[in-house]
Amino acid sequence: MTDFQAFLPDTSFALDVPATDWRDAIRKAGDRLVASGFATDAYTDQMIETVEKMGPYIVIAPGLALAHSRPSEAVLGTGLSWVRLSTPVEFGNKANDPVSLVIGLAGRDEHEHLQVMSAIAGALTDAKKTEQLAKAGTPDEVRAILGS
Amino acid sequence: MDILCVCGNGIGTSVLLKVNVEQVASELGMDVTVTTSDAGSAKGTANMNDLVLTSPQLAPELEGTTTPVETVQNFMDKDEIKGILEQYAD
Repeated sequence: MTDFQAFLPDTSFALDVPATDWRDAIRKAGDRLVASGFATDAYTDQMIETVEKMGPYIVIAPGLALAHSRPSEAVLGTGLSWVRLSTPVEFGNKANDPVSLVIGLAGRDEHEHLQVMSAIAGALTDAKKTEQLAKAGTPDEVRAILGS
Repeated sequence: MDILCVCGNGIGTSVLLKVNVEQVASELGMDVTVTTSDAGSAKGTANMNDLVLTSPQLAPELEGTTTPVETVQNFMDKDEIKGILEQYAD
């Protein structure tokens, strides 16, 4: 059983918050990683730099951005954040814009978060669960859907 | 077959893609070994694989590799991944 509480604690969530643009949206995801003790503010800047350097490839599915950067000193622990935007924003990814869910990821390596990523992949490839996640009102509900 | 999933940093999108590729491959009854890599080191390791999967934005980074490179638009769309893998199934 995946320990969602450890990787996605209550402090990692911001549900239905506004963002002015994609940078602001990533910043919100970064703030939640900082609040949960997974990363420092420097990591938020690194996540924005990743998009500036490599383009909006982090928008990996319609409406979904996986904000992250590489393992660095700014990563304090492996964990995620979950930011659902009240109004979707454009990231410049023609196929998958606009983005309504930003999942922030701080990872020390490619292994520690494999289980929780599997659960997220399992839920987001399922149309019904994706719809439920878009409506979930609390962190508990989101974790319950991911674990179902 | 050996499949390499490539993303910018090798820990985020490529890991999600790996999870879905493994699942689709098992549905298709394909025997695959999936590894992940960042775009920078992928050029070196790509040739040790039978297939490289990445996003359209990162594909140009892999130019020059002799291994086939296929791009995935929607990493959460199993049908899109299935369509690609079927082309390489024996």
